[in-house]
Amino acid sequence: MKELVLRPLEQPACGLSAESISCDVFAGKSVEEIEALEVYSGNRRRRLGDFFSVSGEAGDTPGETRIVIEGDVPRTKWIGRGMSAGEILVKGSTGMYTGAWMRGGRILVQGSVDSFAGMMMSGGELEVQGDAGDYLGCAYRGEWRGMRGGSILVHGNAGTEAGHCLSGGRVTVMGRAESFAGVRMRSGLLVLGSAESRVGAQMTGGSIVVLSRTEMLPSFELVDRVSSPEIEGVSFEGVFEVYAGDLAERNPKGRVYLKVE
Amino acid sequence: MRVTHRDVVCSFCGTLCDDIEVDVEDGRIAEVRHACRIGTTKFLSASRHEHRLLKPMVRENGRLKEVSLEEAVERAAEILAGAQRPLLYGWSSTSCEAQSVGIELAEVLGGVIDNTSTVCHGPSTIAVHEAGFISCTLGEVKNRADLVIYWGANPMHAHPRHLSRYSIYPRGYFRERGHQDRTLVVVDVRRTDTARLAQKFVRVQPGRDYELISALRAVVNGRKLPMDEVAGVSREDIEELAEMMKSCSFGVLFFGMGLTQSPGRHRNIDNAICLVRDLNTYTKFVIMPMRGHYNVVGFSEVLSWQAGFPFAVDFSKGYAWYNPGETTANDVLQRGECDAMLVVASDPVSNFPKPSVENMLKMPIVAIDVHPTPTTMVADVVIPAAIAGIEVEGTAYRMDVVPLRLRKVVEPPEGVLSDVEVLQRILERVKEIKG
Repeated sequence: MKELVLRPLEQPACGLSAESISCDVFAGKSVEEIEALEVYSGNRRRRLGDFFSVSGEAGDTPGETRIVIEGDVPRTKWIGRGMSAGEILVKGSTGMYTGAWMRGGRILVQGSVDSFAGMMMSGGELEVQGDAGDYLGCAYRGEWRGMRGGSILVHGNAGTEAGHCLSGGRVTVMGRAESFAGVRMRSGLLVLGSAESRVGAQMTGGSIVVLSRTEMLPSFELVDRVSSPEIEGVSFEGVFEVYAGDLAERNPKGRVYLKVE
Repeated sequence: MRVTHRDVVCSFCGTLCDDIEVDVEDGRIAEVRHACRIGTTKFLSASRHEHRLLKPMVRENGRLKEVSLEEAVERAAEILAGAQRPLLYGWSSTSCEAQSVGIELAEVLGGVIDNTSTVCHGPSTIAVHEAGFISCTLGEVKNRADLVIYWGANPMHAHPRHLSRYSIYPRGYFRERGHQDRTLVVVDVRRTDTARLAQKFVRVQPGRDYELISALRAVVNGRKLPMDEVAGVSREDIEELAEMMKSCSFGVLFFGMGLTQSPGRHRNIDNAICLVRDLNTYTKFVIMPMRGHYNVVGFSEVLSWQAGFPFAVDFSKGYAWYNPGETTANDVLQRGECDAMLVVASDPVSNFPKPSVENMLKMPIVAIDVHPTPTTMVADVVIPAAIAGIEVEGTAYRMDVVPLRLRKVVEPPEGVLSDVEVLQRILERVKEIKG
C-alpha cells in the first residue's frame, strides 16, 4: 500500500467542501494532479493544493492507497465521500459528512468528527477516537432507509439521532448518546455506552443495546430478562432487560436491551 | 373623499383573512373593519410615516447616512457579490414575487438562502420529508371538522380569527350549528386563553410532548399502557382523548411552536403526523401547522419550484444542496460560515440566539425593510420598501397552502419601491459585477 500525506495549510472560515479527499479519487494520480483537484470554499472553486501540502505517492487502485492527514481539519467536509476501498488516517478532527455514502475501506479519525459522519454508509469501517456530532450514521433528509452496512465505532460521545433510520450494519458509541439514538431504526445493531432519552423512538426492527439503565418511552414493553445474550451475532456480558417496541408503530419487531447488572 | 376597499387580504399572519374592509381618506388609511387587533394595527401603521423607513442609507465611518437609491443598491451589490458565502435570510413577510427574485439572486451569488421557518416550522418540514403529510384546506375544516385539537398553539393570541373563521365558530355545510357541532381540545403546558374555551384541556409537562404522542399512538393502535401516567397526563385522560380522536367523523390537529420548538422538535411533528396516519384507520383525520408569518408558506412553495427544496438551500457549489443542520441560517451563522448577509422583511438581530447575532455583527449586512428594526440599526446598507398587501400587490400562501392575491389600497411613501423592484435592481447590478 502506498501512502499520500496531506498537511493542512489553512482552514477557511467559510468551510471547505473537499469531496475529492478519497482513495477512489486519489488512486493513480500524481501529486501534481492531486494538488489540482477541485475543492470549494464557499462559492469559490479552489485547488486542493491551496489548503494542503501534498507529498508521497498514491497507489494504482483505491485499495492500494492510504491517505494520511497530518493535523486538525475541523472545517473540511466530505472527507472520504463514497469511498470504496483504501485507508484514510486523520491525525486530528474533521468536519461534517466524514465517510458519508462510504462503501468500503477504512477511515480512522484520531480526533472528533462533526455531524452527519457515516451518513448513508453501506460498507467499510469508520472509527472515531474522539466524539461524534449529531446524526452519526444517519439517513439523508427524507430517506427512511439509512445506513445499510459497514460499521462505525466512536470511542467518545455522540450527539442526537445516532443511527437514525439504521437499516443494517453496526453503530457503536462507547460513551453517551444524546436523545433519539436509533430513531426510526429498521434493522442492524446499535450499541451505546449510555443513552440520554427516547432511545429507539419509532423503531420497527433491529436491536439497540444500552450498557446502562435509561428511561424508556411509554410505548415500549418489558418482555424479558436475559443474561449474557448474543445479539445480532455479538456476545454481551451481564444481565439485560429486554424491551419490545416501538409499540406506537404497527407490527414492531425492534428490541432494546438495557444492561441492569 | 373616503373610498372603501372590500375583501382586502390581511398580510399579517398565516390565517390570511380575506374579508377585510379598509377605508382610505386622502390617500391615508382611515379605518379598518373585520381585522383582528394585530391586523388592524398593521394596516394603520402604513400611514404613520414617522414609524417608517423612508430613505436609503449606507454606513460611513460608523454612522448610517442617507444616500440615493442608486448608491445604496451599488453598495449592496458590492457587498453581496464580493462575499464567499452570503446568507440571504427573511422572506416570510413579503410576496412570492419578491421571494422568486431573491432565490434567483441567491443562485447567481452562490449563497445560502433560508427563511424564518428555520426558527419556526422548519422542523415540521423536516418531519414531512420522513412521515408524509395528511392535510386539507381550512374550508374543509370549516365545513366538516367535528373535533378540533390545538396542540402547543394559542390562536386566541397568535391567530385571533382562526377559531371564528375556520375551526370552531363558523357554521359549515355539515356543521350547521357551528360550535355546537364541534368539540375543541387543547393540549398545552399552561391553561392559555384558547384552552379556556376548550371542552377538554390536557396539560402536558413541558418538553414531554413526544412521550404523550407515543402513548396516544400506542393506545390508538390497541395497546394497554402499563403505567398510570405519561408526561403528567393520567392513563384515563389519554384513553379518553384517544377514544375522542377515533370516534369523531372529521378530526383536525393544529399544532404550533409548542411542538416544533420544544425538545424533540421535528421528532414531535413526525410522531404527530404518524398519530394522524394511524387515526385514518378509524376515521378521517388531518394535521396542519399554525403558520405564523403571512407568506412563510409561499417561500417554501416558491423555493420548491425553483430549487426543489422548501427552505435552507445552499447554492455555493452551483447547484441546490439542502441539509438542515448545515444549511440552516443559525447553523451557518453560529459556525461563522458566511461572510455577508442580506435580510429582507425580517429582524434576526431581535430574534436569533445570541451566538448567531454576535457573528452577524462581524459581517456586512444589507437590510430591506419597511420599519426601522434592531437589524436595520446594525446594517451597513438599509433600503426602505413598500408594504406588500397594503401598498403593493402580490401573491401570498395561506397556512393551508391556498394562494391569495394581495391588494394595494394606498400608495407607498414617495420614492419607496417594492421589495421586488429593490431586489431586481440589486440582482441586475450583481449580474453585471459577476459578469
